[in-house]
Amino acid sequence: MKENIDKNSVSEKLIFEQSKKGKRGYSLSKLDVPEISPAKVLPKHLVRSEPARLPEVSEPEIVRHYVNLSKKNYSVDTGFYPLGSCTMKYNPKINEKMSSLSGFSLLHPLVPEELCQGALRLMFELEKMLCAISGMGRATLQPSAGAQGELCGTLMMRAYFKDRGEERKEIIIPDSAHGTNPASAALAGMTVKTVKSCARGELDLDTLKQAVNKNTAALMITNPNTLGLFESKVLEIASVMHSNGSLLYLDGANLNAMLGLMKPGDMGFDIVHFNLHKSFSTPHGCGGPGAGPVGVRKGLEKYLPVPLVGLDGERYYFDYDVPKTIGSLHAFYGNFLVLVRAYTYLLTVGNSGLREISENAILNANYIMHSLKEFYDIPYDRDCMHEFVLSGIRQKKKEVRVLDIAKRLMDYGFHPPTIYFPLIVSESMMIEPTETESVETMDKFIEAMKAIAIEAENAPEKVRHAPYTLSISRLDEVKAAKELDINYFSRKQ
Amino acid sequence: MKYIPNTAEDRANILKTLGKSNFSELLGDIPGNIVLKENIDIPAPVGEIDVERSLEGLSERNSHNHQILSFAGAGSYDHYIPAHIDSITSRSEFLTAYTPYQPEISQGTLQSIYEYQSIICELTGLDVANASMYDGSSALAEAVIMAARIKKGNKVVVAGTVNPLYCRVIETYVQGLGIEVVYVKTDNGVLDLDHLKSLISDDVIAAVFQYPNFFGNIEDAKELSELVKSKGAVLIFSVDPISLGILESPAKFGADIITGEGQSAGIPVSFGGPYLGFFACRREHMRQIPGRIVGATVDSAGHRGYVLTLQTREQHIRREKATSNICSNQALMALASTIYFVSLGKEGLREVALQCLSKSHYAANELCKNSEIELLNDMPFFKEFAVRLPVQGKVVIDRMSLAGILPGVHLELLGDEYANVLLVAVTEKRNKNEISSLVSGLNKVLKQVL
Repeated sequence: MKENIDKNSVSEKLIFEQSKKGKRGYSLSKLDVPEISPAKVLPKHLVRSEPARLPEVSEPEIVRHYVNLSKKNYSVDTGFYPLGSCTMKYNPKINEKMSSLSGFSLLHPLVPEELCQGALRLMFELEKMLCAISGMGRATLQPSAGAQGELCGTLMMRAYFKDRGEERKEIIIPDSAHGTNPASAALAGMTVKTVKSCARGELDLDTLKQAVNKNTAALMITNPNTLGLFESKVLEIASVMHSNGSLLYLDGANLNAMLGLMKPGDMGFDIVHFNLHKSFSTPHGCGGPGAGPVGVRKGLEKYLPVPLVGLDGERYYFDYDVPKTIGSLHAFYGNFLVLVRAYTYLLTVGNSGLREISENAILNANYIMHSLKEFYDIPYDRDCMHEFVLSGIRQKKKEVRVLDIAKRLMDYGFHPPTIYFPLIVSESMMIEPTETESVETMDKFIEAMKAIAIEAENAPEKVRHAPYTLSISRLDEVKAAKELDINYFSRKQ
Repeated sequence: MKYIPNTAEDRANILKTLGKSNFSELLGDIPGNIVLKENIDIPAPVGEIDVERSLEGLSERNSHNHQILSFAGAGSYDHYIPAHIDSITSRSEFLTAYTPYQPEISQGTLQSIYEYQSIICELTGLDVANASMYDGSSALAEAVIMAARIKKGNKVVVAGTVNPLYCRVIETYVQGLGIEVVYVKTDNGVLDLDHLKSLISDDVIAAVFQYPNFFGNIEDAKELSELVKSKGAVLIFSVDPISLGILESPAKFGADIITGEGQSAGIPVSFGGPYLGFFACRREHMRQIPGRIVGATVDSAGHRGYVLTLQTREQHIRREKATSNICSNQALMALASTIYFVSLGKEGLREVALQCLSKSHYAANELCKNSEIELLNDMPFFKEFAVRLPVQGKVVIDRMSLAGILPGVHLELLGDEYANVLLVAVTEKRNKNEISSLVSGLNKVLKQVL
């Protein structure tokens, strides 16, 4: 039979294209007080003359549309997501169940403190647990994401130096760092000095010593770093910074490698942010919400954002009495329901579970790295922590880029790893299995990676045009940027 | 632990494959003295049953909207949420997916964000919307910073009628950037136009307003806009999206950037978060917008598809020169809000807005039948209004909440002169009986204490 399918019939119509006058997807109670005409109580020129052209669709059509869209998504619950630096671990279902308890989800943020003692206690205890894990003195739960945590940390550094009468404006950041680090520093009005990593993939002590001066506010690093390697000189690094009067900031993106195994406080870090949506198993939700609490060592707590949660005998309260606070980063207290999920997780895994998490994350990453050595280049051939970076330079010689390998992995049923990051490794692919993957899953992934390496050798053309098995083939990103179509109502029909 | 599939045998096999005799051989790069010998000082693991018991215990110590009749607002509103929203957003394929960096495998997320952007553009009347910010307050703060990239200067004028909790966030965000925040005085529940006039000079980067404002009142967007535009400042509004069911968007009067809190639209009050910051601007300023944008394109076979676009503005490429540091956003909340707007549709959004208007005005009239209670001012309002009581707001709230009614939010956070002022929000969810309970409850308390 000759296939003659309309090429757009396979893609889900936009919800606007399903609209038909008179359909509705809601039901309100009948208005039981006198109806007021807007023109009667509002200035006429402020009353909307034309309603917004929202679509008119019935509930079953809405549900079917979005359920069908959901089926075009890859997710942790449907498969392996070895996305380096993103720590896509399994999200326990009890976290969801607890965060949807009406005592949390239907609680107004401005109820009197007497009426939210349970929520306050949860926040108080979560802060204590994060401090125990990190070796910090106090923490704020307010930042809504890791990057907002970085901004919080950087603003606290400013406040700290201002308080000491110093005008330090420079933050040193390795070239391997996440892009959010320099962006956060700039947003806080600091300048960024980038330092190169050394041949072992670590921060070089001599390079650091040369970079540090009286204007150095802090060094922001990720440990294990973005190559998945532990900064073995971390104690010396801390000593270089502290003897210069500077601070040491830990980007907690890779905390999953340390939980229960080491404390950032013992390494000399002064400020650390946590990504609750990474190490603490709250779901990523297609890109958010997350939460990025920030811990500080003793002595820096007076700069934390307000409010903190305090305990006055038996009663929990919002503490606004933080003398040198940087202010607030959220209208209320942060992404509270994300905090509920992380708290639930910590109760479940408990103290001994934490260590199991990082041990298994480390074992799994080394297992995959070891198993792929023959087929791909490993730029830093040493034991890794919870993730590692490989390079596709061998495949590039066959004109197969890492991007092509990533797309081909989709045909094998896997979400691709992070690619082209860190920037310092050419054709880099960053793989992080996490502790929640089984040997069986990892073996399948390893087989797929091997098969693709062989394809790249023998049938590079095939890899170059992947994927083949999805609802859609390779998308034209250049066209998207050149012929911008970002709003249905202004698109060229 | 049940979240870890590796058995003892698996671990032994992995170590064998790696040529190690025990786990600690993998930690060779770590200075020995920092590897912990003992467990971290948090509680030992407990079973799922005990975890549920603990969390249920904590949740029951909170008076939530199923137990208490709430008229609290001030930036967090108890609106109707169609049941199918939660059913869709709790689907694993949305809940447990990552940021759509690999578009071929993330079309569900990408198409829904494209729809979200289109809805925000249509509601606000602007051309470009991003894929969401953390909340209404940080969206507004980012708008101020964006304005500083559009226009040179170092002063930002903010109406004193903007939510004070948002003002605190603006001040936090700009403190390192050398931007000075100046406030316009409040007069009769709206801003003082003469004072605004005196503050708007050529070196002002932007002027920031809230619509309806913190007191629930509707500022005259037209008048404000003309004043600000005449001096070339960037015009920023933070809006309540529900109000746009019956109010003209400030874009009609010249707003350059419109942000707002999307919680009203399909997201539960959740003790303050996660919420949804929306953000829209004019096309000419598109390359200055913070955060992610989704664009439509085609695949190699010509099928329509969606990708993240204009990424060269973003932190992972531009690093310290990015338009913002935002990386994680609130995609799942944006999805909830998309489904909300789609469900209400053209008629529904207007109907919800009309009910809010009718019910809040009814409640205000009923309350003010008691001569001891008066509206703080006589300006037009949408769903929220401030009343002055003959006693401290705290007294009323404490007493009424014992009787299961939260009559509003005490405005003491604005200063001592507001000690007797209560901000009352009446959404479409409140019915006539509930409004009667509020009125009789308040009258009863006043009788007791006066």
